[in-house]
Amino acid sequence: MSNRVINLLVPVISIILGLIVGAIVMIFSGYDPVTAYIALWNGIFGDAYAIGETIRQISPYILAGLAVAFAFRAGLFNIGVEGQLIVGWFAAAYVGSAFDLPKIIHLPFALIAAALAGALWGLVPGILKAALRVHEVIVTIMMNYIALHVVNALIKTVSGSYKTEKIHETASLRSEFLSNITDYSTLHYGILVALAMVGVMWFLLDKTKTGYELKSVGFNEHASQYAGMNVNRNIVLSMVISGAFAGLAGSMEALGTFGYLANLGGFTGIGFDGIAVALLGANTPLGVIFGASLFGSLKYGAGNMPNEAGVPTEIVSIIIALIIFFVASGYIIRVILNRVNKKKGAK
Amino acid sequence: MEYVIEMLDIRKEFGNFVANDNITLQLKKGEIHALLGENGAGKSTLMNVLFGLYQPEGGEIRVRGEKVAISNPNIANNLGIGMVHQHFMLVENLTVTENIILGNEPKKMGIINIQDAAKKVAEISKLYGLNVDPYAKIADISVGMQQRVEILKTLYRGAEILIFDEPTASLTPQEIDELFIIMKKLIEENKSIILITHKLQEIMDVTDRVTVIRKGQGIGTVITSETNPEELATLMVGRQVIFKTEKGPAFPADEVLHIENLVVEDYRGVSKVKGLNLSVRKGEIVGIAGIDGNGQSELIEAITGLRKVKEGKISINGKDITGKRPREITEIGLGHIPQDRHKHGLVLEFSVGYNAALQSYYHEPYSKKGIMNYKVVSEKAKKIIDTYDVRTQGEHEPARALSGGNQQKLIIGREVERDPDLLIAALPTRGLDVGAIEFIHKRLIEQRDNGKAVLLISFELDEVMNVSDRIAVIYDGQIVDTVNPSETTEQELGLLMAGHQKSEMIVVGDEVVLKEGEDPNVE
Amino acid sequence: MRKSKLGLALAMMLVIGGLLGACGTDKGKEKDEGATGSSEVNENAVSVAMVTDTGGVDDKSFNQSAWKGIEEYGKKNGLEKGDGGYDYLQSNDASEYASNLNRLVRRDFDVVYGIGFLLKDAIETIAKENPDAMFGLVDEESDVENVASIMFKEQEGAFLAGAAAALMTKSDKIGFVGGMEIPVIERFHAGFVAGVAAVNPDIKVDVQYTGNFDKAEDGKAAANRMYTSGVDIIFHAAGGTGNGVFSEAKERKAANPDEYIWVIGVDSDQYDEGQVGDHNITLTSMLKRVDLSVMSVAELAEKDEFPGGEITRYGIAEGMIELADSRGAIPQDILDKIDELSKKIVDGEIEVPEDPKQ
Repeated sequence: MSNRVINLLVPVISIILGLIVGAIVMIFSGYDPVTAYIALWNGIFGDAYAIGETIRQISPYILAGLAVAFAFRAGLFNIGVEGQLIVGWFAAAYVGSAFDLPKIIHLPFALIAAALAGALWGLVPGILKAALRVHEVIVTIMMNYIALHVVNALIKTVSGSYKTEKIHETASLRSEFLSNITDYSTLHYGILVALAMVGVMWFLLDKTKTGYELKSVGFNEHASQYAGMNVNRNIVLSMVISGAFAGLAGSMEALGTFGYLANLGGFTGIGFDGIAVALLGANTPLGVIFGASLFGSLKYGAGNMPNEAGVPTEIVSIIIALIIFFVASGYIIRVILNRVNKKKGAK
Repeated sequence: MEYVIEMLDIRKEFGNFVANDNITLQLKKGEIHALLGENGAGKSTLMNVLFGLYQPEGGEIRVRGEKVAISNPNIANNLGIGMVHQHFMLVENLTVTENIILGNEPKKMGIINIQDAAKKVAEISKLYGLNVDPYAKIADISVGMQQRVEILKTLYRGAEILIFDEPTASLTPQEIDELFIIMKKLIEENKSIILITHKLQEIMDVTDRVTVIRKGQGIGTVITSETNPEELATLMVGRQVIFKTEKGPAFPADEVLHIENLVVEDYRGVSKVKGLNLSVRKGEIVGIAGIDGNGQSELIEAITGLRKVKEGKISINGKDITGKRPREITEIGLGHIPQDRHKHGLVLEFSVGYNAALQSYYHEPYSKKGIMNYKVVSEKAKKIIDTYDVRTQGEHEPARALSGGNQQKLIIGREVERDPDLLIAALPTRGLDVGAIEFIHKRLIEQRDNGKAVLLISFELDEVMNVSDRIAVIYDGQIVDTVNPSETTEQELGLLMAGHQKSEMIVVGDEVVLKEGEDPNVE
Repeated sequence: MRKSKLGLALAMMLVIGGLLGACGTDKGKEKDEGATGSSEVNENAVSVAMVTDTGGVDDKSFNQSAWKGIEEYGKKNGLEKGDGGYDYLQSNDASEYASNLNRLVRRDFDVVYGIGFLLKDAIETIAKENPDAMFGLVDEESDVENVASIMFKEQEGAFLAGAAAALMTKSDKIGFVGGMEIPVIERFHAGFVAGVAAVNPDIKVDVQYTGNFDKAEDGKAAANRMYTSGVDIIFHAAGGTGNGVFSEAKERKAANPDEYIWVIGVDSDQYDEGQVGDHNITLTSMLKRVDLSVMSVAELAEKDEFPGGEITRYGIAEGMIELADSRGAIPQDILDKIDELSKKIVDGEIEVPEDPKQ
């Protein structure tokens, strides 16, 4: 087996293992795994509508994954993606509803507002880390709560109700065309924004001087300092860029999926899932697409399991977690494959 | 004569890599036997096999003529094999006795009897002339003393065969001499010793026989009195090695580095450099000799802009660089080979090519308007790989995969290629084998011959004496004396490094010693 | 227990009369029998399904109540759970509302309910895409033609709860724990405060919104603060968050059985929630008969009278809002006073405010 074959086999075997263990769970709880998995498949790929909704679900995951991955590459653990996403969501929803502008200006304006809001939310932990060495994990966790409650308060102040005004058509990412070809799904142009950002991250990291510095600081702060890089500036910059990606993830919800922001009783979870997405994707831009696709598909498709196969949502959550667990532990499978390989070679 | 240990045709594989390829080592009773080899030759692997940490794929081990299977370190201990590790395994805030009995506490009804243990430690210490206080805290005693505690630990546990793993790496010349006396005393008391080292002079000084291994293969065993360092070096490296670095006379010209009354504090705010003055001119190598911790690190960090200067002034080529940022100083003409190449010299996860650009990526042609030109970076890296003989699979290989010597060559290539007026080389050969050391010394001298100023910081007296044109001795944050390498001796340097004045010393025969009434252990 | 509750509803409805109320009563009786005995298949019955909000179907509050109504409608009419009968989908996340509604529409359910104000946008979107389907929206107003909006006059029931609390309190300190500060909960708030004031204007009501419906720990913290400050009766309108109010009260009662503390439940009869050893700290519950309202809309659809585009407001008069049996916790003389107030509300003598700022 060549390395390339192993690289291809690992995720496939991981998913199959996850499905098998999930099936055992279902058999023990008295549900038919075959029907359930057909329901899952149909929920993801079953028809144009399902595919549209799946892709719609993937878009914010890509951006949240990019946000986490980008910070990781610069050696920072941004747990604050959730909060940055929430402020980005609000900023986009606000700009989308409060202004009357032609689409060509309004939509980019709303997107930029979301990115800036997220960036601002990333700036704070970045500065605290750079200036005072306060650990970014603590600060970002707290910034999540601050974001949640500040945004809830802002919603009330700005709109006087539990949710913001619906955004104007000129700020919407929704597309009649995309909706039509996917049988009236809520698929919107956000996926293009997300994919464009994948390109941006790749370019930034692999082509620019800044990317070279960010990676260097991420791998070895000391050596970077010896090489005359401004470590603190890079820490702040990476948190800002990471926050901007997260803010854009929020704009997917504001300008695409929902069109408004309602009072949040708790976190959306997308930001936290972004951590897993980034790790599954090995913190590379292309890997994030893979991780986000897995998360997005499972999350959306899983909704069809109670619908079509009558499996309760609790069991569905267990199964989805199992699949992700096995994919994430692909390393173990890789080790086993290598060992099998070696034994064969020895014979 | 009987052999206490025989390792016959030992073979150890890691995957496809053969670390020990049928190596034979036979240790006679009562001898000091050197195990010589370059870094990565397989010395440690072989000793780990003997100590039960690795299981060999082939060969057999005999102890006192009997075939044994050593499947874990406890068995090795019971067979009377003890290891004095290079990195001491001592608990800093426990006493000597507590450290020695750690993991093997003598208990009476569950209560540890420290007094008895301390008495026994004191007895052993006296028998071998170790002079260790059983109640002293590890944190309070010198590195040389700590090593003796390690020796005591093995003896306390009844070791008959002692393995010393590079024991002199962190000792001062005086401490090394004392260690050798202890080793000879151990032999007198019927112990046997394996000495792992790549320092040829030590082998010549203290051992009876030498087993040489190279790239995992046993090259052979020679009797020390019938060989010489040149032959050993050739056996070890596999080719002729120019042992003493050849260099012509220096022609020092204008001053490049000028340091005046420099005061630098460490991270706790304690002054480590205390009013230091130093000058390095074009076309000379100034070596800083000193024991670790006398302000060398802080001095380098101050010159390179990594640490704040509390007081005083540093200038390069007449330009004041005090308080400037590292990159500004680099631009003024400083090259720096950091003492910790893994932590400060390289980004190990980066490729060789990326590392080659670490100090120059930010200007053209490596990057233009914020966009990197990795093609140019690769070309530059290839040039460094060729010119500086960096053995690598190519510029895309991660720096981590390179051996220490090749990593160091890469750093030197990177720094020298930038053509700096002042090159600071901090412990540039630490942990490297003779081949790499030779190469690096040549490069430093080449820089000097090209009219550059070189500041060499080293803990190895050999190196300082061989390479430098002037030696500045640092003690307690000050340059206490500057000597000419051709007019000094190791003893004299050692005493200066320990804080003594030249006026306290007299020459007796070939030896420089302290005048009567001066205690050599005073610090 | 269920019988007695139904009995109470029956009694009140008989007293009040009114078209819808009467209709509900008949059905209620029928349903009760249908649920226990074998049911006949009703040829005209419509298939019904609902999408929960993120509270889930077992929230012990209005999702659960709505599902109870759908189940009972289905069983009464001999329908099976599943396609063509009755079913529900649970939403774990706001983004699932639209998809879940759409899934049910695609399974050809005749009437699809969205339970909770949060589903308004999703239901309007899906309703416009499927103009032939019928939708019911609980707790929000929509003007889309094929959406029937089911609204409640929560303030009326909260008024009665407030009156009961004011008549029962010994410390003259009463608490209100709300979920999110949204119009529905504000109606509870407004009615409760008005009810308290109607009995004794000097009593201060301690009001706290937790900002969520699914964080019992927040409810517990709020209740802890209130009881510690001397409040002896707390009315909660906070869904799952309110469960924390119960656990705090129960812990206190368990530690000190003599302590005089009560909780007033919401939406469903929360008597079971209040059981602690031999005691029960549930004073009463303000019932919001989502179950009856859901059934009522389904029955209208059955008769081709589906109130699409209309907003129906159910209150005490319609038998959809009431106080649950207090099982002796409230003495008869106070119950009589509450009945009086209830009649005054129905007669329009008392107009209960909807907004706490009024």
